[in-house]
Amino acid sequence: MAMSDNRPETIEPTEAQKKAQRRRSIAIGVVLAAFVVIVYVGSWAKMGAALFDRQM
Amino acid sequence: MALVENIESNEARISEALPGDYFALLKPRVMSLVVFTAFVGMMMAPGHINPLTALIAILAIAVGGGASGALNMWYDADIDAVMTRTKKRPIPAGKIARGEALAFGLTLSVFAVLTLGTLTNWVAGGLLAFTIFFYAVIYTMWLKRSTPQNIVIGGAAGAFPPMIGWAAVTGSVSLESVILFLIIFLWTPPHFWALALFKLRDYDMAHVPMLPNVAGERHTKLQIVAYSVVLTGVAILPWPLGFAGPVYGTVAILLGLNFLRHAWAVWRMDDGDATMVPAKKLFGFSLVYLASLFSVLLAEALVSMALAW
Repeated sequence: MAMSDNRPETIEPTEAQKKAQRRRSIAIGVVLAAFVVIVYVGSWAKMGAALFDRQM
Repeated sequence: MALVENIESNEARISEALPGDYFALLKPRVMSLVVFTAFVGMMMAPGHINPLTALIAILAIAVGGGASGALNMWYDADIDAVMTRTKKRPIPAGKIARGEALAFGLTLSVFAVLTLGTLTNWVAGGLLAFTIFFYAVIYTMWLKRSTPQNIVIGGAAGAFPPMIGWAAVTGSVSLESVILFLIIFLWTPPHFWALALFKLRDYDMAHVPMLPNVAGERHTKLQIVAYSVVLTGVAILPWPLGFAGPVYGTVAILLGLNFLRHAWAVWRMDDGDATMVPAKKLFGFSLVYLASLFSVLLAEALVSMALAW
């Protein structure tokens, strides 16, 4: 049996599919980063200086 | 890697969906109305809210409203595929799989409700959760396919945003926010039945029981006039109840009279009229009517805030 027969069957995405996937990945990254900023800014707006007022 | 099932050939392929297709699942045009009315409710509410908190709260309400749109598109993909108005939506167009839309809608719903609840208060968070539930389950899954009164009760989902905005500031539900709710709630039936009149064949093909294809055109026109009379009366209430000024009162009366004129023209329209011009005019004017009322309410709220400063 040839070596190549043991390799799992894969599908090679087209350029359009690769491009779409890349753009989706970037969008997910941007949304997650925005959510982090929103949580930080929201906590700061809600609690003000008290946010950093913690006993060590 | 995301796979999409091709509805026509029934074969799976790698997704070519772009971020814009996911954004389309959020029904951006509906979302813009949600954002606007929620913002008006927030600005009219007595009390103070940090501007940053207000901005994030509006974003959470918008995402929550959008998430319910995605859940609607997940469930209604079969109907959307046969209606001209909706067949280019991402799921019937074969760009996004139904399961992905469901996961997308559920994830955004959870994040939107948790963000609004923790940032403002749980009355607002609870109202947003209820709105999503009402639109996705009560309207989409239950009423839409079972009763011609679907949009009367389902319209409540679109009427909640100003109440959520109000609750985000005050932490409560009051008569004022209920009136804002009622204006949108009563506006929805004449708005959608005007659309249903000239899109009758679409709803027929999709087997969606809308009033015109169940009770007939004449009965629909009567209901449009009846709802228009109640709507235009309720829309004036913010003025005598004291949470809007005389400018709003005057605009509400004048626009209300115009609304009634359009509704009357629909009533007088021949049953066999294929062009349905009066119905199309009422549909268009109803959008201007609601946007104008809420714009004046917003302007008055901003002026009184500026004067109090």
